[in-house]
Amino acid sequence: MITIKKAKKIYPSKKGEVKAVDDVNLEVKEGEIFGVIGYSGAGKSTLIRMLNGLEIPTSGSVVVAGREVSRIKGAELRKARQEISMIFQHFNLLWSRTVAENIAFPLEIAGVPRAEREKRVKELISLVGLEGRGDAYPSQLSGGQKQRVGIARALANNPKVLLGDEATSALDPQTTDQILDLLVDINKRLGLTIVLITHEMHVIRKICHRVAVMEGGRIVETGPVLDVFKNPQQPITKRFVQQVTEPEETKETVDHLLTRYPHGRVVQLTFVGEGAEQPLITNLIREFPITVNIVQGKITQTQDGSYGTLFIHLDGEEGDLMRAIEYIGQHEVGVEVISHG
Amino acid sequence: MAEEFFPNVNWDRMWEATLETLYMSAISVAATFVLGAILGLLLFLTSKGNIWENKPVNLVLSGFVNIFRSIPFIILIVLLIPFTKFIVGSMIGENAALPALIIGSAPFYARMVEIGLREIDKGVIEAAKSMGAKTTTIIWKVLLPESMPALVSGITVTAIALVSYTAMAGVIGAGGLGNLAYMEGFQRSRNDVTLMATIIILIIVFLIQFIGDFITRSLDKR
Repeated sequence: MITIKKAKKIYPSKKGEVKAVDDVNLEVKEGEIFGVIGYSGAGKSTLIRMLNGLEIPTSGSVVVAGREVSRIKGAELRKARQEISMIFQHFNLLWSRTVAENIAFPLEIAGVPRAEREKRVKELISLVGLEGRGDAYPSQLSGGQKQRVGIARALANNPKVLLGDEATSALDPQTTDQILDLLVDINKRLGLTIVLITHEMHVIRKICHRVAVMEGGRIVETGPVLDVFKNPQQPITKRFVQQVTEPEETKETVDHLLTRYPHGRVVQLTFVGEGAEQPLITNLIREFPITVNIVQGKITQTQDGSYGTLFIHLDGEEGDLMRAIEYIGQHEVGVEVISHG
Repeated sequence: MAEEFFPNVNWDRMWEATLETLYMSAISVAATFVLGAILGLLLFLTSKGNIWENKPVNLVLSGFVNIFRSIPFIILIVLLIPFTKFIVGSMIGENAALPALIIGSAPFYARMVEIGLREIDKGVIEAAKSMGAKTTTIIWKVLLPESMPALVSGITVTAIALVSYTAMAGVIGAGGLGNLAYMEGFQRSRNDVTLMATIIILIIVFLIQFIGDFITRSLDKR
């Protein structure tokens, strides 16, 4: 559905060239929810704007839904943009128009006749759960409702691709989850390909199938979300993964524990998919003459399965401890000994 | 009662002068609105980072606007005499005042339009682009409606300035309340005529402000 080849975007500046996007290759499949994560200034905004021609790459090619967006201009580009719609961090609704009129705007642009427009607007309003708010003005809506209008507006012309530019970054956590649920629902119901950029790993793990991590204009890591969670390669990826897998203050807690229990081992276990469902701890206590103390744990749901981390403290004879850790390793569970006691 | 306080006022003549002032103001406000909006849009669209970014055109427009905005109105009328004679064919009467009124106020209003347009959230323009909107669609359906309260409050201020310009034009011979106040009131030392003309002009100004504020408020859904 989307193919980006060797895309570069270079801005001239007083201090020399700024490479906003540097040699990016990317492939997004039809019906996929693809996430691009990075800190601000990583180039992800520029990258996503290349997908609808709001930014033209300095070199390289961008093909979306069979059209080379990086080359086409004028009427052809405008036509293409009706199939590649976008939702925004700050919603970007017209305050002078009601909800219904905002949703009708892209239909007016596409030249849809009035009667048909009104019918479509009604469908869209109920699709995004805004029944009864059609005549309200954006200023009368909450952030979450505004983004629903943004989504309805983006879906008006039955696009093939939906681009999300930090679409949930201005929303509170609860509203973020509602909007993400809506996006997953739309993806499943309409088979829409969704590309979104974000700096929140929460968004990636909740709805994305695949993820690309961006840093300094380059894509440093890419893969299925669960794989990236299981086995992050780059330091930046590890940091993003920690955002959602480790409860806050894990490091402090573990440090505290290491000083409090100088004996034994503090071990971090990572479970993926079925691994999370074995009675591992029970077996551990039955098989080995050791004590197991659960320190902290968290299970994270992704689109393709669950991913969990558990910190435990083991104590007992040195030999038993070694065998116990080896035993855990044999059961599709990741083991990492944090530090020796 | 009125005769007692305003013994020298010829009410028919006063009413006629009021209509002349209203006529000059109405036509020039309408023309200024259209011309100023076009000029303001061009100033905005050709400025840096906008749809028709064009530095030379922007500089020329900007210079033109600044020059005409700076010339004192009374001097502008005199400067424009040949132009007015060519267009209107005469230097006397309400129509003769119109070219100077419009040329004097359109650049002033254009700057207000430009400021109003700059206040529009860039994201909204980007959103319209991302939907595949043409530039004309962006102008008619985004830029103008989204800046309408600013455009209306700007034209209110301009209209009030125009009413006082008509009075100045009146002194030169364009008719209206300014002409009456000067010819009848000042030249013949009939202060009651001057006072009455002033009162009527004040009423016109207050009405314009009231209507302008009302429309601005009802348009603004932010």
